[in-house]
Amino acid sequence: MTALGKLFRTTTFKLTLVYLTVFALFAAFLLGYFALNTRRLITEQITDTVNAEITGLSEQYRQGGIRRLVIVVDARARRPGSSLYLVTTFNGESLAGNVTALAPGTLDHEGWRETVYRRLDEAENSGRPEHDALVRVFQLPGGFRLLVGRDLDERERLYNIVLSAGRWSVAMVIVLGLAGGLFVTRRVLRRVDAMTETTKTIMEGDLSGRLPIAGTGDELDRLAQNLNAMLERIEALMQGLKEVSDNIAHDLKTPLTRLRNRAEQALRAAHNETEYRAALDATIEESDGLIRTFNALLMIARAESGQAREDMNEFDAAEIAHDVGELYEPLAEEKGIALKVEADAPAPVKGNRELVSQALANLVDNAIKYSEPKPEAVNGVAPEIVVRALADGDRITLTVADTGPGIPEADRTRAVERFVRLEQSRSQPGSGLGLSLASAVARLHGGELTLEDNHPGLKSVIALPRGGPVQSAG
Amino acid sequence: MAIYSDIHGTRAGGRAADAQPDRVTMRLLIIEDDRDAAEYLVKAFREVGHVADSAADGEDGLAMALDGQYDVLIVDRMLPKRDGLSVIGTLREKGMETPALILSALGQVDDRVKGLRAGGDDYLPKPYSFSELLARVEVLSRRRGSRNDETVLRVGNLALDRLSHQVRRGEEEISLQPREFRLLEYLMQHAGQVVTRTMLLENVWDYHFDPQTNVIDVHISRLRSKIDKGFSQPLLHTIRGAGYMIRDGAR
Repeated sequence: MTALGKLFRTTTFKLTLVYLTVFALFAAFLLGYFALNTRRLITEQITDTVNAEITGLSEQYRQGGIRRLVIVVDARARRPGSSLYLVTTFNGESLAGNVTALAPGTLDHEGWRETVYRRLDEAENSGRPEHDALVRVFQLPGGFRLLVGRDLDERERLYNIVLSAGRWSVAMVIVLGLAGGLFVTRRVLRRVDAMTETTKTIMEGDLSGRLPIAGTGDELDRLAQNLNAMLERIEALMQGLKEVSDNIAHDLKTPLTRLRNRAEQALRAAHNETEYRAALDATIEESDGLIRTFNALLMIARAESGQAREDMNEFDAAEIAHDVGELYEPLAEEKGIALKVEADAPAPVKGNRELVSQALANLVDNAIKYSEPKPEAVNGVAPEIVVRALADGDRITLTVADTGPGIPEADRTRAVERFVRLEQSRSQPGSGLGLSLASAVARLHGGELTLEDNHPGLKSVIALPRGGPVQSAG
Repeated sequence: MAIYSDIHGTRAGGRAADAQPDRVTMRLLIIEDDRDAAEYLVKAFREVGHVADSAADGEDGLAMALDGQYDVLIVDRMLPKRDGLSVIGTLREKGMETPALILSALGQVDDRVKGLRAGGDDYLPKPYSFSELLARVEVLSRRRGSRNDETVLRVGNLALDRLSHQVRRGEEEISLQPREFRLLEYLMQHAGQVVTRTMLLENVWDYHFDPQTNVIDVHISRLRSKIDKGFSQPLLHTIRGAGYMIRDGAR
């Protein structure tokens, strides 16, 4: 596409052309109307003057006969100006006046007509009458004819001036309009081109690019601002995605490496069936762990994408607290931890029972893992985990409070981010994605997971809106 | 018998050694388009004494299921020509009630619900372990004529009364928590069969997620301490690598 072709194809330019045509037509019409009206006005004025003069002159004739008329006409004809006079006998012989070389037959009839003439004092250079005039012929009693008129040069000149002014104006409108249009179009095009350029680099993968903002606050600026905000969001998402895939890669590659190493080791060093069997057992165990991590990742991804919103029903969070508490209580007891459930009042909430159970189970599971008593720990006080369900206004909270080591404040926000495993979780069995999953489930329900200090220990709180997530576009 | 001990790992002198499930030969149809997976399953089922055929697409599978006398169908969800759910749906429309287990790479809860709604009897997400599949298929094959309608379940001298919620071992009355009662009930319904941890979690707790830690083991050991403690003949056996089984070891 040539630069000019591109220019002509822009919306701005097409709009300019439309406006230009409209304005040019309007100007032409206006000036034409003005010119014609001026001409009509002048003609009227001439007619009035000539009529008055004829009345005056016929009065002179009536009072003083042809002699007096000739004298008056002669006097008037000598005055400078554009007035034309002529008195002739009935056969056309000139008695007085300042006109000659009239168009033939001008004097034959009474009335108005336009004619050509030459003034008497003008040299007869080309033989051709040079001036136009509007004249009235008046028949006087006695066969005399009186002609009074006005030169039309002035009128034509004025008319022509207006006409040519009109033509020039229209021409100027077109030229200036085109130039202005091109200028504006190019300006707009330049900005759009700049945007296109930036978009291209962004599409090539550099998400840090931002559209230029001219600072005029016009519609292009607003568009650019919105697009920039969108880019900001996309960049954040991409950054998140990158972190996520890094985390996933780490979470899956580490056990895969162990798996591979183990198989290789067995192949190289095992001597008998027992050793092979042990290696295979370990391999299966490792792959079970992998599957577990993989499932957790899928689950989080699924919760994040909001697919599970479809099957949400009303259920009692207090019941879930009891069920999950009951599921984990023997495990806690076996590890010397007291697990208590405090959920006496029903806490109805709309959501996915299975997912909320899983989220709570993950929190309890974590709490148990990190509360395992060390022989010398906590001044001999038995570690304790409390699972609580509370209806609190228009939301419900499920809380798991333990007396374990907790999570340092600086790590708490990170711990609930998607797919994040804190370093300390890597040494523990399980996918280590429990908090991420609980957080994703909470977000799915339009709620959130927060981690607080339990003095000592960790307090994980899932807060969910009672009515389920606010449905935003599906 | 070889593979069973391979997979489940008989420990010399261990309790598992004498706890063999009561195995009746089953005829199975595996509808699975992945040739390797199908072959592996056919072989593995043969090694534990079952007869297995395989079909590579939905149409073949449907035809074979319609005229073969199978005890259990194992159906992959995504199949060429006709998908797994449609195979099962068509069978059910024609009045074939052969139990069907759906295998699927989609392990999500709603997919499972969809599968069961289409007429499947059980659902197992891939990747699965063979011992899990075997346990589920054996339970399915015996579902008809199972002990669902018996009021009193008995294994050895252990008796569970489903109406009065009483459990006795010999003359001794055993008091159980409600959940322990349901756990024991489920185990006794499937006496002589291997029951996996996932099956227990699904059927006793109605949870379909992975609780990370093996919480079920602790529940089982609690139950075991209540029903087996002080008796010379243990009834509740751990099948290593697979799950649990309740049976009268004296038989």
